Order: sequence, then structure tokens, then C-alpha cells
Amino acid sequence: MNKLFLIGIKDLKIMFRDRAALILILLAPFLLTLGMGLVTGRFSGGGSGISDIPIVIVNLDKDSLGDALVGVFNSEDLADLVEPTSSEDADAARLLVDGNEAAAAIIIPVGFTQSVIPQNESAASNQEIKIEFYSNPSRPTSAGIVKAILDGFMARLDEMRLGGMTSISQLIVSGRILPQDANQVGEEMGARLQSDAGNYNEATAISLNTSTSAGEAVEFDALSYFAPGMALMFLMYTVSYGGRSILAEKSQGTLPRLLVSPTNSMQVLGGKVFGIFLTGAAQMLILVGASSLFFQLKWGDALGVVLLVLAAVFGATGWGMLITALARTPAQVGSVGSAVMLIFAMLGGSLVQLDNLPAVVQTLGRITPNAWAMDGFTTLAFGGTLATLSTPILALLTMGILLFSISVVLFGKKNLVQK
Amino acid sequence: MPNILEVQNLVKNYGDFIAVKGISFDIKEGEIFSLLGPNGAGKTTTISMLSTLYTPTSGDATIGGHSITKEPMAVKQVIGVVPQDLALYEDLTARENLIFWGQMYGLSGKSLNQRVDEVLEQIGLTDKAKNRVKTYSGGMKRRVNIGVGLLHKPRLLFMDEPTVGIDPQSRRAILDTVKDLNKQGMTLLYTTHYMEEAQELSDRVGIIDHGELIALGTQAELTKQVGQTDTLILRVGENDDPETLAGALKGLKGVQHAEVTENSVAIVTPSAEEILAAVVSKANERGIKIRTMEIREPNLEAVFLNLTGRALRD
Repeated sequence: MNKLFLIGIKDLKIMFRDRAALILILLAPFLLTLGMGLVTGRFSGGGSGISDIPIVIVNLDKDSLGDALVGVFNSEDLADLVEPTSSEDADAARLLVDGNEAAAAIIIPVGFTQSVIPQNESAASNQEIKIEFYSNPSRPTSAGIVKAILDGFMARLDEMRLGGMTSISQLIVSGRILPQDANQVGEEMGARLQSDAGNYNEATAISLNTSTSAGEAVEFDALSYFAPGMALMFLMYTVSYGGRSILAEKSQGTLPRLLVSPTNSMQVLGGKVFGIFLTGAAQMLILVGASSLFFQLKWGDALGVVLLVLAAVFGATGWGMLITALARTPAQVGSVGSAVMLIFAMLGGSLVQLDNLPAVVQTLGRITPNAWAMDGFTTLAFGGTLATLSTPILALLTMGILLFSISVVLFGKKNLVQK
Repeated sequence: MPNILEVQNLVKNYGDFIAVKGISFDIKEGEIFSLLGPNGAGKTTTISMLSTLYTPTSGDATIGGHSITKEPMAVKQVIGVVPQDLALYEDLTARENLIFWGQMYGLSGKSLNQRVDEVLEQIGLTDKAKNRVKTYSGGMKRRVNIGVGLLHKPRLLFMDEPTVGIDPQSRRAILDTVKDLNKQGMTLLYTTHYMEEAQELSDRVGIIDHGELIALGTQAELTKQVGQTDTLILRVGENDDPETLAGALKGLKGVQHAEVTENSVAIVTPSAEEILAAVVSKANERGIKIRTMEIREPNLEAVFLNLTGRALRD
């Protein structure tokens, strides 16, 4: 295990001494992100680059909170971002999503307001009624944005309801009200909450500037899309460069030399993979750090970003190993790796937003680490937390494990050293 | 002295091509053993099998009592390898290379640093240890390449043509290093196609050709095989055809072999002086001008020529 780490660290050191490689893995994505920011007007206060997300809202509640939520999506602040349409039929709304005519449907059930703010004792005993969020899997980024806005609304509601309950408890404990008066005070507070929710748009300024459940301001930034997009595109270069080094070590004689030392072939291969993984992770984290520092870009929940970066690098490293296992020479890895980098960037949404591509391409894009990681980074940029990243992280890890397994079999057949 | 290496009928096939055809030999602890043969004779394949890099098609060898096929990890602890081609990380410094390779041999901490310092001193690169290898001359790189093989103080060091493609000064330094290492008690298996190196260094020599060990022994024993013969080297003019001369000389009395090497004809004969006049006469008859003549006493080159009918550098 120790030798595996030593080989990996050696490779990381060599990579960071290669000026040409550094330009490609760090400077190029950084400058392209900067360029994208300038083109989209990010640095001059321009738009986000994502607009007119079609959604369907079915308000069966027809009470104050349901109306408030409809009001949020129809607010002026979100006018450029979402394009909501109303429907009375939940099934029809789902069909629109299934037919790819909408990114998501929000179905506010009957009695939603009553379930949140009970008006009388009979209503209070009712079970909780939940809003249905029906998303279009082929438009994950847009659906993620809508979900983030909805989550912000719900978080704000929870905040207000919990605040009310806490206040009543404290009033009883402090003796300011009698326990038998609690119900009446609660109803008065509920009425005020309904009133606040009715003016929700003004009260919480839900818009592109929404609130997370932690109360932290979240602002969608065009660079939140382009920065991970560029980083992921050049991550594919890094992993193919790393893969190329396996074959390069063979041709420069260091691989046979490693194998005549008391180091077994699994340690050598594991060390090389670890080196690629380390280099990719270092590249991504440096780019995250640099864009945060120089562009004031907010990537979102730090732990989520780190884990998503590691999962993305793992998935991408799997591709790097597969390319290497299939190639015969370092030059082949280089040329195939560059082609894969560009194809994956297109399919995976690094260059063009996935939602703007045909459904077939979007489905095909799911083979790329770019697409899954872009979903995750967009979710994080909209205030998502680690809990909301389970799907992209699991997909990336599965991708990595699958590709590594295939690569190991291919490497075994290939026999890197024996002539 | 006991044998540190015993090779038994080692074979390596690549499909229909047989690279090594059942060679057997042994090396005694403390000796320098040279495998001498032309390019493509099977020297590197033999070393690659002995160093556990290639799996033999059949046969086996023991090194320090461990089988190369059954106990490769134990064998790797006993041996050091200096490969024919440079096997270094050019973006790392000499010190970083030595540290990395030392770690691969299980060295660490203070003992690793101390050993790296010793090796740097031994290969004469202490002052330039912090420079990246890619800034070094070919000779300096060769020295680092050798240094890597010495880090863990192996009992048996394989050196595969370590002087190929370097300047005479660096070659001299490497040959002196080999002698020094042997004086310090290290056993060496040295492969070369330079007869002079094998003659200068070796206690015993194995001559290998087309994957077969065709002769084995001390230099005295080998030269005795060809008897008291001389090798007469005739260098002809650029416009003359050495093949014509060789053909003409083959039937001459006293000529055992007459082979063309580049612009020369090499003749093996019991007495060069006795055939000189006849040789010049044959050349004149065919209008071939002999530029230079050289008479060589019995040596490994003559042994090879005698055994194979070809010169070593063919």
C-alpha cells in the first residue's frame, strides 16, 4: 500500500513539473471560464445564461400558501428564469413533463395550506400533505433549478412554522400565557403566517436570490455553470494524460524497472491510478479555489463540492484507464483522449447546456462523468447540500468501478511488459 | 566459492521464434561473468528472465537459492538491475530519482538518505544531485542509471550493455565502477557486444549467439579452443569490394575463415605472416587495393569468428 502511494505522489510531482501540461490542465480551463464569463456578461452584471425554463404548476390547494407558491414562480424576479404555466389537471401536467415540454411540474395538493397552518382542531389532526415535484430526468439542470426554488420556499415555510411553535412554547414556559390559551394564540399566529405567506415574494425575496434552508443567500451565477463545465472538460485531458504515462513508463523503461524491484504489478498499476486520481483531484480543487478567489464564485456546500469533485475524478479516471487499456502507444492515448475530451464536453454539458440538446443526446450524455458532475455542481450552486448529491455521486462511483473493472481485465490480457 | 546463480536449460519463445534456446550456466559468488554476443543474440532476453521480468517458456534458474519462477519476490531482493536503456524519471532530480527507487526497494528514513548520499558520491554526482536528470549529459544519465541499481546493495548485479552509445570517457568511468564494485564483493553479470569490455572485465565469459550459449569459460580456456590462430584484418579501399577479396581468399592454403566485416576482410589463420604474401598477390590479381593490415593475437573476437564464421559486430 505504501508503494502505491509513493508511485502516485511521484506521478503528481512529475505532472506539476510539466509546464505544457500545467497550461492545459489549469490555465486553459481558468481562461476559458474567464472568457465565458465575459461573453455572458457575468462580469458586467449580465444574465445567468439559463432562461425560460418551462414548468407547469397545478394549484389544487387554492388557499393562501398554494397561491403564494404560484406567486413566487410568477414573480417579476423570476420572469427571465422560469416560464410557468398553470393547469388544473395533475395528470395532464405530468404528461407535459413526460413529453419533454416542461422541465418539471409542481402539484400543490388540496389542503396543503391547511396541513401547514391548521385552522381548527380537526384539521390539526390531519396527516401532512406534501407538494409533488415531478421532474424531467432529461432536463436535470433546469429541474434542479426549479427544485432549488421550491426547496427555498418550503424551507422558509418550515422556518416560520417552527418559529411559531417555539414562540408559543416559550410564552407558556415564561408564564406569559396560560396553556389553555395556547390554541387561540397559535391560531392568531397562523393567521399572521398566512398573511406573510401571501406576501411571500416581498417578505423573503424568493427569486434568483433565494434562501437555502440554512438561511444563506444563494445567487445563481453563469460561472457556476461554466467553471465546472471547463474544469470537467480539462479533467478528461488530465486523466488521459495520466493514462498515457502508464504506456510512456513502458516505453521509457521505468515500468520494467519498477517490476524488477520488489514491487508487484498490482501495486504499480494501483499507484499509477492513484497518481491520476491525485492529479485530477488537485486540478479540480485548484480550479475551484482559483475561481472562488478570483471570480468570487460560490460553488456551494464545501463538503458537497469536495465529495463531488472526488467522485467526478474517480469516474473520469475510469475512462482514462479504459482508453489506456485499449490503446497501444502513448500517442494513441493522447489523440483518443483529446477526442474523448471534446466529445464528452459536448455530450456532458460542459460546452452547451444539456437541456438545450436533443433528448437522445441528453440520454447518451449520461455515459460521461461531465453530465453527472454538472448536475451535482448546478444543484450545489443553487444551495443543494450533500444529501441532494446522492444520485450524481453514486452514478460517478458506479461508472468508475465499472470502467476500472473492464480496464483491469484488458490490462491483464495485454500484459504491459512481457513481449 | 558457491554459486550465486544457476541457470538450467532456460528457454524463451515468442510464437514460433525461439529467442533463447535452452541455455545453462552458473556464476560463482564474487566473480564478473560476461555474456558476450552480437545484437539480437538473446542477452537482454536472458537477463529479463533472470530478473523475473519475463516468464521463461521452460527451464528455471536459482539466484541466491531462490527459483526465478517460483520465488520471484525473493529473487528481486537479491538482485540489482541496470537496464540497457536509461530507465529514469527525467523531470525528477538525480536525488529524487534515487530516493524514489530506494523506496521501491524498501529503504526509508535516515538509512535511505545516507545510502543515496553514498551512491551519489560513488557515481560522482553529489554536486549536481539537485539538477533534473533531463539537464544531464548522456554519460551522467548512465551513471544515475547505474546508481539506481546499486541503492539496495544487491548481491548480484545485472548490467545489460551499460556502455552503449556513450563517449569513451564515460565508458572508462563505467568500466572502472564495475571493477570497484567487484572489488567490494559484488557479483556481476555483464552483457556486452564489445569484445574488449568482456576481455578487460571478466573472470569468465559465455558467448551467446542466436539464443544459444556456444562457448563458456575463462578467456584462456576460450582462446585455447581456437588454437594458436591469428586474425588478419585487411581494410580495402572504398571503391573495392571486400566480398570479392574474401571469396578469392577462401580457397587459399592456411586460411581457415575469411569473412567480410564492413569495409574489411577478417581472416583466421594459423600464421598470418606465412600467408601475407599470398594474400597481397590475390588482392593484386583482382585489382583490389589493401589500405591497411592488422594482425590480432587469439582473442574473443577470433573465438566468435571461429565458432560462428561471423564477426561479433555483424
